[in-house]
Amino acid sequence: MTASSTSTGPRPARLRRGRYSRSQKQDIRAALLFISPWILGFLIFTAWPVIYSAYLSLTDYDVINAPNFIGLDNYRELLADPKIALSLWNTLYFTLIQVPVYVVVSLAFALLLNQAGRSAGFFRTAFFLPKMTPPVAVGILLLLLFNGQSGLINTVLGWFGIAGPAWTTDPDWVKPGLILISLWSVGSSVIILLAALRNVPTELYDSARVDGANWWQQTLKITVPMISGSIFFIFIVHSIAAFQTFSEAYTAFFGSGNSTYSNDAALFYAIYLFQQAFEYLHMGYASAMAWVLFVIILVITLIQMKVSKRFVYLEGDQR
Amino acid sequence: MQPAHGGEISAAGSATRRSSGARARWLTGVAVAAVLLSSCAKGVSEVPESADNEYGPNASMSGSLQVMGFGAGDEIATTRLDLAKKAISPATVKLVEGDLDVQQFLSAVASGKPPAVVYANRDQIGTFASRGAIIPLDKCIAGEGIAMADFRDAAVAQVTLNGKVYGIPEFNQVQVTQASGELLKRAGLTIADVNGSSWEKVTAANEKLAKRDGGKIKVIGYDSKLPEFLPLWAKAIGADMISADGKTAQLNDPKVVQALEFAVNIYEAQGGFGKVKAYRDSADFFGSKNQFAINTLGAMPMEQWYINVLNDVSPDAPMAFDTFRTPEGKTLAFASGSAWAIPKGSVSPAAACRFAKTMTAVDSWKAAATVRAKKRAAEKKPFTGVLTGNKTADAEIKAMVKPIGDDKWDSGVAAVYEANDSTFALPANPADAEFKSAWQDAVNRVLNGQQQPQAAMDKAQKEAQAALDKAWAGFKE
Repeated sequence: MTASSTSTGPRPARLRRGRYSRSQKQDIRAALLFISPWILGFLIFTAWPVIYSAYLSLTDYDVINAPNFIGLDNYRELLADPKIALSLWNTLYFTLIQVPVYVVVSLAFALLLNQAGRSAGFFRTAFFLPKMTPPVAVGILLLLLFNGQSGLINTVLGWFGIAGPAWTTDPDWVKPGLILISLWSVGSSVIILLAALRNVPTELYDSARVDGANWWQQTLKITVPMISGSIFFIFIVHSIAAFQTFSEAYTAFFGSGNSTYSNDAALFYAIYLFQQAFEYLHMGYASAMAWVLFVIILVITLIQMKVSKRFVYLEGDQR
Repeated sequence: MQPAHGGEISAAGSATRRSSGARARWLTGVAVAAVLLSSCAKGVSEVPESADNEYGPNASMSGSLQVMGFGAGDEIATTRLDLAKKAISPATVKLVEGDLDVQQFLSAVASGKPPAVVYANRDQIGTFASRGAIIPLDKCIAGEGIAMADFRDAAVAQVTLNGKVYGIPEFNQVQVTQASGELLKRAGLTIADVNGSSWEKVTAANEKLAKRDGGKIKVIGYDSKLPEFLPLWAKAIGADMISADGKTAQLNDPKVVQALEFAVNIYEAQGGFGKVKAYRDSADFFGSKNQFAINTLGAMPMEQWYINVLNDVSPDAPMAFDTFRTPEGKTLAFASGSAWAIPKGSVSPAAACRFAKTMTAVDSWKAAATVRAKKRAAEKKPFTGVLTGNKTADAEIKAMVKPIGDDKWDSGVAAVYEANDSTFALPANPADAEFKSAWQDAVNRVLNGQQQPQAAMDKAQKEAQAALDKAWAGFKE
């Protein structure tokens, strides 16, 4: 309300005369003072490293010796490095499958919880608890649950006469295993979607029921469109996260003492970046990799934002 | 247009001043950023050398000696640490416990505030040395009179780059053949069939020992321990995976490929690496129901520390031990271990050198072994010795080891000491991590069925040589 009255009211003094009033200056000073800890933290720990990494991406730098400016050589080397293509492909494969599956599973659980009635509180906690598991523990969990010989997943599959694959050692099954284990932390998205579901006006369902719509039709025509903003939020956040996936795969397949697991099928882009930076000490090359990933994520996010305008309903939006 | 009144003139003038002020602020900002960028770039390479570079009995010891990467977790560590503290008194020791964090260490060196002494894996020394993160120890060795001839040749080779020693080695990990005597007996085999002295016999024994039920493995016949032990299999038939000077990769040497084919076929005969690995991972490796205790593993080459684990958790396991042997019947082991190094810019290289000397001195090892032996006796457990990386200390400690009174365990201890006398190691090079990654990734591609051995090792050879060439080109002594 404040924003709209400001925009429709008389032009503020600053715009009219190009200067702030004394009280406005005081307000600005106070505001800057209050947010200065964050601004300082952002400038020192985020903005500066980002800017500096752009510079490092143009250098040969091994942490110990001074960066040696080499222009665009790192970027040229990226194009010729077969592991870049491999890790990008692995990351893209993971993202393209994991994100839709993650969103669909989150939505399914949220719809179920929305029907839970009095016990919803218990189930909300139960669904959220796995999210508290550290990613490293999830990586270990992957090795236990998906063990091809004695893992729980294959044991359960065995009850139905299905011989489960060697999830952790067969290159064709490594990424599907990682996608499935990523659903372990679906709880946070379920909570967000559940909150969105609770905000859908019940009159819409009452009208639909009067018109003879069944549950499926109500879900498709009312529920999903009404919570499309939240779905899009989850979609975009998890797309960005999927492009940077690291911890679980690194723990399971590349961690200390895990040389026997090390597997090209699990070499995600962020893992290869980490190897270049912290194992091989090619900080310049790793910085170039980071910037390439940033550009890829930026482009895909912009595309998602553009496409979302056709499908996403935001409250108060006139489209 | 005339100004209407003075207020507007003032405002216009003020706007102009603000505009030029803004430009000035931007220019200042850009200049500051440029200075900061360039200062960051320059600062890291200008780590000062300590003036305190006199080594030996007359060297002054003072201040606090920060030790990075070393954990005083057991009596072998604490006993030696106490002696080292005395040796550098009045200087004091401050431990940064836990495994060495390479990034933390290199950042500390780059910022000009390195630890006084660093404890690293021996296969990291080449990389640190090539980047100038640690200093050559020739003056330290000469000044303190460290008897390098006492150390194991393979251990010294791992800390020597371009003819200069960069680390004082300690500890030795070696492999011996560890087998289930019970399974061997049932299959009509002996330890000689699985000790590597005949690859045909190992292949045959693997087929006799392995048991499968439907698609599932019930007993692993022989575990060739790939990818980590490929250097051992290759060396057994005379192949070195890297040249002695650490400059030339030899990963696609026909003998390396032959060794890889043999070791991979051991898994293929049991249904593939995936199944063997999955079964191995499901085992209670450190518990009383380990693979040997419940007879689900025939044999494997394995480091000596596992004998102690087995003896602790399953003393009645039907074990059989021998060294790992070449087809000529000679004992062979692929050594690894740790080393002490002095970072560039160390606040007190003299104290660091004395500290490293004391930690690896024969008397220190003897004192530590004595404490360990007493502790084991109090726990009613046998003392099986300590492999120190130092020949003289090993001989002294071996003399302290008493027969356990159980032939199988005594044969294990004997095998360990025999292996300790027959070690080799991959020499230091400035691209340790990339080199290791190249050959291990290649082995994994073969194990996973993604590539044939020759193609995998050809690719690894290219990757490793490129990494070595680049690293040697940037080597700064």
